Formats: sequence, C-alpha cells, structure tokens
Amino acid sequence: MPYAIELRDISKRFGAVQANKDICLQVPAGTVHGIIGENGAGKSTLMSIIYGFYEADTGHIEVDGKQVDIRSSQDAINAGIGMVHQHFMLVENFSVLENVILGAEGGALLKNGIDTARIELQRLAHEYSLDIDVDAIVEDLPVGLQQRVEILKALYRGARILILDEPTGVLTPQEADHLFRILKALKDQGVTVLLITHKLREIMASTDNVSVMRQGEMVAHRETAQTSKEELAELMVGKKVRLTVDKDEAQPSEVLLSAQNLSQFDSQGVKRLKNVSLELRAGEILGIAGVSGNGQSELLNVLSGIVPMDEGEIHFAGQVMTAKAPKDAAQMRDLKMAHVPEDRHKMGLVTGFEAYEAAVLGYHNSPAYNGKILMDRKTMLDECNERMAAWDVRPPNPHLKTANFSGGNQQKIVIAREVEQNPDVLLIGQPTRGVDIGAIENIHEQIVKLRDAGKAILLVSVELDEIMALSDRIIVMFDGAVVGELDAKDADERTLGLMMANAYNEEQGEEQEGVSA
Amino acid sequence: MSQAKVPAWVNIALIPVLNILLAFLVSGLVILAIGENPIEAAGYLIYGAFGYDEGIGYTLYYATNLIFTGLAVSVAFKGGLFNIGGEGQAYIGGLGVGLICLSLDHTMPFYVIAPLAVIGAAVFGAAWGYIPAYLQARRGSHIVITTIMFNFIASSLMVYLIVNWLKEDGRMAPNSRTFEENAWLPYLHEIFSPLGIEIGDSPLNLAFVWALLCCVFVWGLIWHTRWGYQLRTLGTNPTAARYAGIDTAKVTIWAMLISGGLAGFVGLNEIMGVNHNLLLNFTAGYGFAGIAVSLMGRNHPIGIILAAVLFGALYQGGAELAFEIPTITPEIVVVIQGLVILFSGALEHMFKDRIEGFFIRRAVA
Amino acid sequence: MFETLILMLDATMRVSTPLIFAALAGLYSERAGIVDIGLEGKILGSAFAAAAGAAVFGSAWIGLCFGIMASVSLAMIHGFACITHRGDHIVSGVAINTIVAGLTVTLSMDWFGMGGQTPALTGDARFLDITFPFADALESVPVIGSIYSNLLSGHNILVYLAFAMVPVTYWVIYKTRFGLRLRAVGENPHAVDTAGISVAFIRYRALIVCGILCGLAGAYLSTAHNAGFLKDMSAGKGYMALAALIFGKWRPVPVLLACLLFGFLDAVAVRMQGVEIPGIGEVPVQAIEVLPYVLTVLLLAGFIGKAVGPKAVGRPYVKERA
Repeated sequence: MPYAIELRDISKRFGAVQANKDICLQVPAGTVHGIIGENGAGKSTLMSIIYGFYEADTGHIEVDGKQVDIRSSQDAINAGIGMVHQHFMLVENFSVLENVILGAEGGALLKNGIDTARIELQRLAHEYSLDIDVDAIVEDLPVGLQQRVEILKALYRGARILILDEPTGVLTPQEADHLFRILKALKDQGVTVLLITHKLREIMASTDNVSVMRQGEMVAHRETAQTSKEELAELMVGKKVRLTVDKDEAQPSEVLLSAQNLSQFDSQGVKRLKNVSLELRAGEILGIAGVSGNGQSELLNVLSGIVPMDEGEIHFAGQVMTAKAPKDAAQMRDLKMAHVPEDRHKMGLVTGFEAYEAAVLGYHNSPAYNGKILMDRKTMLDECNERMAAWDVRPPNPHLKTANFSGGNQQKIVIAREVEQNPDVLLIGQPTRGVDIGAIENIHEQIVKLRDAGKAILLVSVELDEIMALSDRIIVMFDGAVVGELDAKDADERTLGLMMANAYNEEQGEEQEGVSA
Repeated sequence: MSQAKVPAWVNIALIPVLNILLAFLVSGLVILAIGENPIEAAGYLIYGAFGYDEGIGYTLYYATNLIFTGLAVSVAFKGGLFNIGGEGQAYIGGLGVGLICLSLDHTMPFYVIAPLAVIGAAVFGAAWGYIPAYLQARRGSHIVITTIMFNFIASSLMVYLIVNWLKEDGRMAPNSRTFEENAWLPYLHEIFSPLGIEIGDSPLNLAFVWALLCCVFVWGLIWHTRWGYQLRTLGTNPTAARYAGIDTAKVTIWAMLISGGLAGFVGLNEIMGVNHNLLLNFTAGYGFAGIAVSLMGRNHPIGIILAAVLFGALYQGGAELAFEIPTITPEIVVVIQGLVILFSGALEHMFKDRIEGFFIRRAVA
Repeated sequence: MFETLILMLDATMRVSTPLIFAALAGLYSERAGIVDIGLEGKILGSAFAAAAGAAVFGSAWIGLCFGIMASVSLAMIHGFACITHRGDHIVSGVAINTIVAGLTVTLSMDWFGMGGQTPALTGDARFLDITFPFADALESVPVIGSIYSNLLSGHNILVYLAFAMVPVTYWVIYKTRFGLRLRAVGENPHAVDTAGISVAFIRYRALIVCGILCGLAGAYLSTAHNAGFLKDMSAGKGYMALAALIFGKWRPVPVLLACLLFGFLDAVAVRMQGVEIPGIGEVPVQAIEVLPYVLTVLLLAGFIGKAVGPKAVGRPYVKERA
C-alpha cells in the first residue's frame, strides 16, 4: 500500500540557515503520525513546505504514491492536504460558515455555497463529533472552538491529510483532550494526521508513529508503542558535546529580588504568566529552562517593567511593585536592574543606530552621557571605544551601524551595556542565541564573573546545555507556570527534558492531567 | 549584515538623485507631450531660478517656506509619525503671527514684536498639532486622518476669523489691514544695501535666516539631545523604546508640538515678511510640498535645505518658464513635486532593493 | 417651510452624489486593506478627463469613459506602489493627489488654453436632468406630489446611479464571492493566502472598482453638476468622502447616511448664509461647513461611538516565515 504522504530528500535553506536537510518521511494512510523536536528543529518549515507556503530547494513530495508538485497553498489543498496553523488563519469578524467557505465558495454568489456548506458541515459535525454553531462569529468563540473551525475548513476542502502545528499550545487541558478524541475519530474515518508538537505526553498518548527532528534533520523514526518518553527526549535533545564553564561553588547570600504570584494576561485575555513566584539571591545564577513560548519572555518583560503585571508583586531594592503600583522599565533600571533581552533585534538594539548610540539605550538619560542640553558625544564615543576593546567587539568601530555587526558582536554590545552599569540584578535572556562558538565562551565567562562579584543573575535560555553549564539553581517553566525547581547538581538532560514537556510528574507516578485518547 | 556592503553614498546620494532624475524624466515627457522642448524648458527654468539676483532671491524665498514645512514633516517622521497637517499648522501659525502684529504694531518696536511673533507662530502651529497628537497618543486615533481633518478645520476657522473679525473695516477683500512697517520683517536686500552690497529686490527676508537657524536647531535636537535620541528610538523601533523605558506617548506629543511649531513659521515668512497683512490661503500648498521636501531630503536638515532650494527653484523657474513658454503652466512644478513623492516615497523599494542588491552581489563576487 | 425642506433635500441629493461615489470607492479599497487618501486626486483626474472627452467628442458618455479610464489608471499606480512594491499607502495617495492637481491644469492649458478650464459643455456633452413621467402634472398634489416632482424627479442619471450603487455595493460586499474575499483580505490576508487565493489579485481588483467609482464621481462634477472642468474643482470632496467612509464605519448603508448628512450640512450652510436664528443669532457658515470634519475627529477619538476599520488596512502584505 502506498503511503498517504511521503517526503524524499527535502532540503530548504534560508540565507545562511539550513532549516531542513535531506528530510525523508513516510506516513501510512489512516495513522496519526507525530513529529517532535525542539524549537528551531525545522518542524514548522517542513510543514510549510508540505502546505505550499514555501518551495523546497530540493527533493519532492508524493501523495498516495503519486508525485505532486506543490507550489502554492492551492496546490496543497488540491492534493488533499489541510493544515491547522499554530496561529489560526481565520478572519475573526466572519461567521464560521464564511470562514469555512473562503476560497471554496462554489460559485460567484455566496448563497449556494453557504447552503451547501451548512449541510456539509452538519454531516462533518455528525461524523467527527465536531459540533459548532455555524453562524457564530469566530472572534466570539473560545480558542478551542476556533481551532475546530480550522479543522472543519480543511475537511470541507476534502482534506485526507491533516497537519496540525502545535495544536495544543493555546488549549486548556480539557480542550486538548477533546481535540485528541476528534483526531481519533478522524483517523477512524481514514484521515491521515500529522501532529507537530514538542510535548512528549501528547505524542505518547495519541500517535501511531513518531519522527524526531533535530537541527533541521530527521534523526529517528519510531513506532510509538515501541519507544518511551526517555528515548524520545534524548533523541530530541541529542548527545551534544557538553559545554563546560569553569566556575566555583556559588556563594548565595541575601535575596535581592523576589516575585510572588506574578500573573500576566495578553491582549486577548489569555493568561500567559501563571502565578510565578521566585527568589533570586546575590551571588547566584538562577536558570529558567523551558521550551520557548512557555512564559519565559513574559516573565522577563514583567520583571523588567516593560509590561505591567496583572497580579502579584515584585520586591526589589526595598520597593514593592504591584499591578496597582507598577514601575516602568526606566524606573527599574534606576533601581539597578539590568536586562539583556531575548531578542536583541526587536528589543535590545536599534539596528539603524551607530554602535555608540545603541550602547547607551535605556541609559540615555544618565548624567554620564549628558551635558546641560546636548548629549555628551565624546564621552559616549570614548566609553564605547573602551568597551569595544574590553569586550573584544569586532570591528571596534563605534560609528558602524549596529545592523552591520555580526550576531555575536551585537550581543557583546548589549551585554557590555547592561553589565558595565554595575547592576545588582541582571536579567539575561538567550545570551548566546545566534552567537558564534568563540563568543559563547567569552559571554559565559562574563556571566560567571558577574555572579562571583555578588550580583544576582536570572538566566533564561532554551538551550539546555547553557542552562546546565551556567546555573546554580534551575526552575522549569511550562505553559506560563513554574513546574519544577532543582539544584543544578541534580539536573540532567533527561529530568529537565521531561519537566519541560510537563511529563516528569507522571513519570514519578503522579498523573496530573490525564489524556483520554 | 549584508547592508554593510552597500557604500554609504548609494543611499545618501545615488538613490535620491536617481529618483529626482526619474521625476524630471517623466515631467520632461509631459512637456514633450504638450509639444514643447523639455531641454529648452529646463534652460528657462534654470535661468529663471538662478540666472539673476532677483531670481535667486525668489528661489530662496520659496525655499524658506519649504524648509519650515520640510523640517516639520521630518521631525514627525523621525518619530514614526506622518504629519500630513503641515498645511493647517502653517495656516494657524500665520494667525498667531498676524494677531501679534495687529495688536502690537502701533505700540511696540520691531525688536519686541519680532520675538513675540516667532513665539506666536510656534505656539499657534504647535497647538494645531497638539490635538491630533494627543488623540493619537492617548486615544489611538490615526494621526494621518485627524491631521487631514484639521487642515479643513483650520481653513474654515481662518475664513471665519478673517471675514468676521479681522477684515479691514469698509473693505470687501478678505484680509486684515496692513501692518505698520515696524511689524515687517526686513527684506534681505534692505539689510545688505547699507553694507554696500547691492542685491536685487525680492521677497527674500529675514525669515530665511530663521529657517536656516531652525535647521541647526532641528539637527541638534534630533541628533544631539536625549529627547532626539528617544524620538529616533521610537521612530525606528517602538519595542526597543518600551524596553528602554521611554514614555512613548509623551515623545509622540512633543514631536507633533515641535512639528506644528516649525510649520507655523511659514506664517513669519508669508505674513510678516511678504504680505504684511493676514489673508486667506497664504499657505498655498507649502504644507503638502513639505512632504516631498522631507522625503527627498532624507529627513536630514542638510538634505532638506538642498531639497527646499531645488523645489524653490522649481517654483521660481516654473513661473519664469510659464512666462517664456505660455503653453506651460507653473503647475508643471506641482507635477514634478508629485512625481518626486511618488518615486522617492511610495516607490522607494523599487530601486532601492535592486541597487542595494547589485552592490551586495558585487561585494560578494 | 415644507417647500424649503424639499429644496434643501433636493440640494442634498446633488451635493451628496459625488460623495457617495467616492465614499463607496474608498469602501472597496479600504475593505480590501488599501488606504486610499488618493480619492481626491482620482476625482479630480476623472473630472478633467471626462470634461475634456465630452468637450472633444460632444458626448457626456464618452466623457464618462475617459473619466473612468483616467481614474482607474491612477488607481493602478496606487496599486503598483502599494501592492507590488509594498510602498506606504499614505505617501502614494499624497503623490497621486499632487500629480493630478498639477497635471490637470497643465494639460487643460495646453489643450484648451482657457486658463486651466475646459470649454463650457452644452447639450449632449452634459448629463441632463431627467424629468419623471407626470412630474409636472403631479406637482400640485400636496406633499407626495412635491416630493415626487421636486425631490425625486429632475436629477441627472448619475445621481440615480449613485444611490443605486449603495444596494449594489451592499450586495457585492456581503453576497458575492468577490465581496467575501475582499473583506477577508482587508482583515487577515494570511487567511486568504493559506486558503489558496492571491492577495495581490484581489487587492488590484478592488482598486479597479475603486477607480471606476471615483471616475463616476469626477464625471458627475464636471459633466453633470457643472458644465466643464475648473481648476481644483474636487475641492476636498475626496477627503470628505474619506471622512464619510470612516463616519459610516466602512459599511455601505451607514456610509450613504454619512454622505447624506454631510451633503445636508452643506445645503444648510448655503441656506443659512446671513440668516438670523431667533435667540442664537447668525450661525457662521463655516461652523456648519466644518461639522463633517469635527464629527469625524470626535468619532475617531472614540467620543461618539467607535470607528474600527479593517484590521489589515494600510499594512503591506508580506509572506512571513510561519
């Protein structure tokens, strides 16, 4: 029997990044196939290629044993492929019906299409238990139902292969359970499902087969029944060369920063940060581990004052910040909190600025850089020159536009800026993302040096290696909440990997949220 | 990273020059279409603008207005705001100047009136920019739409005030009485003549010097003060601005205040410098022309001076051209202006991406 | 009093017509995600082309074709800049308005040499008023007769067309495939793209419709409402139509009502010139003229209701890494 979908040697490159490399995949018809991997492993790119959003550089795709040429989403739809995107592709002020027929209206007038769709949706709803009020406006529906609209959209177009990209990321556990029941029903009707996720529990509970991706490559295929979470976690993370950083035992002293029950809601009202409490002591590095998008960014933004908290309080420098009495980023900085943001392009730098200007971002009001009226350009330049020498920024040209430095050198500019202010607390996100190997070592050394100087450091990183190499204590975040805390000495990849997938407690025999697939 | 391989002169000089050449080329085709010789037309135009004293004087007089409105647009632009309301702000700024002159010219000497008029222009223009700015910063109304609406509101307000309150008694013409001479800005030819330097008579007046000072002021403000630093951060990367703890609403409002104030200075040149009374429609599209000037001048004072002189030359040369070749109207200048906005604004990516790509490939090869 | 009202409503219809065309034009454009402050320029360009065509060929209909062609060409320039080259919608609109303001005068000077005007149009070169059957006979019937004969009858075909365009637009926007896709592309172009539909193609088509409607607005000004082209004759109607579009919250029927309101205010302003109102005194004409803009600003500021435009309006569509 031919495979429902087969990929042969798919490769895709974005500039210098090899997002997919020689990917092969065979998915038998009528199965649920999981694809698992860390963030940035290339899962989403691969799915975008299957759905015609990007064209692969090399390789080809077969559907039901026949080679298909997918150059656009329309081609993918014609080949019977449907996709449920991580961020729903819905028109929010349209009704469910209108969303479903968009692109498949069945004629120049809507009436016929709407009538047909109404009947067809009833049938689909019945067949797959996908009940929904077809006249409801999408933005009024809860997220779980919006996702159902996406699934209906695909089925209405006759999709026999359904791709779901991180479908449970936005769902409550109950909604997720329901989704898996739907997937089972789809499978029973002969639909092939491709499930992309980083959550091991979902893979184990709902798939027939699983493929593991790592750094753009497909590294393993397993029958779900024949594998275990431990094996998958290890395959996902890989046996990397262990990073080592020379450091002595930490000497933590007084608590410099503490947070109690911090919560934050996004503009849609979804709780992104859930009752997070933590304490940060002088002379220690506290690592926050977790797959990206599990509340770490929100935590950094709330702690540094960029985004106001909605609940809870922060104690810092003898002050108490609450939702009612917040402090903004400038005020937090004045209290000697420094922040190296996760995304230096979006937040940490103004790429159109010359290096010496970017080197004072956030401290531009400091008397050190200002005369009575004008900014003291000479001081800024002198200091920038000094720092560039001290931090080995190349090229050491303070007038070069920040955009024109390499990632590692940009990062050094940002870290130098924050560290040289001699803060009490340093929040640092993804310190070595996009930084070349040589610079990584240097940055790590600086962080440890800062700790040894009695500073408190909160380190957020999606790189487990980095977390394990640098941290003295580790907190694991999942879905906006803290799900585990352990001493760095007790941490190993397997434990952390399981915690990051929120599967550790189950492993210990404490079933938290059951998946009744 | 790849940007590093594009030489600086490409963005500073090559692309703007290319855009303006393209605008000239298309306007040349228009002139050709109406059966005239574009080269000959260009000759008259250049002679008219630069060929003799008076011509140069007129060119710089027009440029004065354009420097003010060009600076106004660019200050807002630097903060990521599109101030399309320069026209209305200039109009209301002129009201400020007119009110000061009308109320003080019988009692005060020039050196009292002049600084007050400068303040009046700035305050009135800024006030007209403040409301749209406030609505954008605090209530999320789109500044482009509100500033357009405020142009019309300004226009109606001025008609009402001039016709009902400021019109000279017993006259039909919708303008105020002429100010006494102590409320006139001196012409440059009058200033130079006692020094033994004779230049041709033209409307060029002291406001031109003020315009140049404003360029220095804006240059210092944007590139050398912490407020300018905050403005540029907000304009290029609003997320970084929040990270840096910049009060974005406050910066937005101040940007529009300064922008409106600069536009208001058109009133100095027109009302106090040339017309010597308060009249209708003296802004004559300078507010909109400021958009072309700032786009072409790449939002930098030096670029703005060059672009303003170029457009001033087009205004003056265009008038000369219309005189020499009656089939060509001075409005051809407006066409050129529009084409400049089109090519260096709306279609900026058309050349930029290709030219930069060319230099990047060449650097790689 | 009643006769005065009829007269004012009659004037309202005439003044509103170009606003209705232009505001509906803006509706097609903005619902598809393209900000169009170039309505003004397209109206002016069409007014000139229509008058020139009508003057040369002696037919208002041929003039109308020229007007529409001019306006659609301008809309395509806007599309080329905003859709193909991802340019700033506002800047492109300003460019078009400026170019047209200069070009119409330049060309009309060359072609007609009448100080920037076109020759006065007479006879078939203008759209003439249509008198309904029995209008004269029924005029004496109280109320209904007056409404029929003086208000409804006696307008030119474009006035009726403008009003007819409102239900047509409603139908196109809400009842057809094109309308569904057009609305979708203005709200979430990514959804349209992933449904396998070209975002650019829909936006271009929306701009063509926008161009045709602006063409009608311009032709109305120069070959129906007036008898020829005058310099700057659009006189801000494009911007007022934009205000009406916002005031009507981008929906056909409310947009019509906004246009009628603004047209009525104009008729009132003309009527009130120099009239003393007991107890208030003379209301300045300018205070009434300015109301459409003030109301729109108040609406935008959220003081009277809330104006929420299409979500993706003004943003160039860039296919991003998913």
